[in-house]
Amino acid sequence: MAEKLKFRDPELAKSIAQKIHALTPKGKPVKICHVCGTHEWTITHYGLRSLLPDNVEVIAGPGCPVCIVPASEVDAAIELASKGTVIACFGDLLRVPGSRMSLLDAKAKGADVRIVYSVSDVVQMAQDEANKEFVFFAVGFETTAPSTAVEVSLKPRGNLSFLVSHRVVPPAMELLARMEDLQLKGFIAPGHVSTIIGLKPYEVFPTKYGLPTVVAGFEPLDVLFAVYMVLKQLSENKPALENEYVRAVNWEGNVKAQRLISDVFTVQDGKWRGLGTIPASKLALKPEYAAFDAEKKYRLRFAEGIDSQPGCRCHLVVIGKIKPSECPLFMHACTPQNPVGACMVSMEGTCRVWAKATQV
Amino acid sequence: MCLAIPARVMRVDGDKAQVDFGEGVLREVNVTLVNAKVGDYVLVHAGYAIQLMDEKDALETLSLWNEILAAEEE
Repeated sequence: MAEKLKFRDPELAKSIAQKIHALTPKGKPVKICHVCGTHEWTITHYGLRSLLPDNVEVIAGPGCPVCIVPASEVDAAIELASKGTVIACFGDLLRVPGSRMSLLDAKAKGADVRIVYSVSDVVQMAQDEANKEFVFFAVGFETTAPSTAVEVSLKPRGNLSFLVSHRVVPPAMELLARMEDLQLKGFIAPGHVSTIIGLKPYEVFPTKYGLPTVVAGFEPLDVLFAVYMVLKQLSENKPALENEYVRAVNWEGNVKAQRLISDVFTVQDGKWRGLGTIPASKLALKPEYAAFDAEKKYRLRFAEGIDSQPGCRCHLVVIGKIKPSECPLFMHACTPQNPVGACMVSMEGTCRVWAKATQV
Repeated sequence: MCLAIPARVMRVDGDKAQVDFGEGVLREVNVTLVNAKVGDYVLVHAGYAIQLMDEKDALETLSLWNEILAAEEE
């Protein structure tokens, strides 16, 4: 897009920042939560927090789909890999700690764990190596689930199945909205999740919880403008649902993708690392696709995993209760090179994003 | 993980398309989830186009920002 760079125009950013300062009541803390690792990257990379008034805090919610995969599901994948099944996953997942080890550790011990860019890569591998059993460890929010749904609906070869770990975002936002001690004043909703689900699932936040909610894109001005829009709603005392990311998100979302998701998956209660079980937040394959469900095919049992190592405060970082720098392990025992918690592993984990910024 | 990158559709062949991410190199993506035509911009995530991007809307966003900011200059 020829005009793309204008989304980073420093002059425009300064004007928006001035408007934000003018709109913000002095002294009263205003906490706005985003729910997307890419938003955290934009905010940190462009130093957007430094443009905001001292009493406006933008916190990172559970927006990293890899960080919230519970150890029990990583353990199940490792168990499969140790029995000779090829585990394919996105690179982000490789170093996420299980109870005793990560998939990377399992790979170092000889398990066949492969990084893929896309689920279609695994489909191809399963075709090319018909004598091996493949399991795709399917993680990700609504942005990623449709691609899994496409391949499952096409009924791939019998030597490929799916360990489905997809989660959906709005129930996690609702959990945060209900946490009274978090004192949230508004949400910046995730742009790319919203390209799929549209705006309707967020209606509950302004109507039931009185929280301004703005779907935002990922350029620095998108995020700044979303902060402005939330503050404007607060100043007028009119909480609403607004869309800042009109170039990619519309009210109904991607209907075809939604249809595929509901054709292939059912929604269940799901455990999120650090957050516990959230009602109706996990996707699982429908019974008609049981042949492709690794959980059923291999009769997997999800034992109670160890989600958190001693001292690790990922469970507080992931809901924005503390900043990464408030964790005693941050950049001491826990670094991008030697991550202790899941938030330090993924490129979109809040601790990892902050670590990268402090290392530059 | 939820990163999605805009690309321009150069060729469509069934559920596959050749797209340009602006690098001048064509890459194949799956377009099952969108009705993409040659010349469209799509958002690509993990090898799948997940939504069409509207260039006109993108330009409108910019003018909207400018308008709102200008309207509030008093």
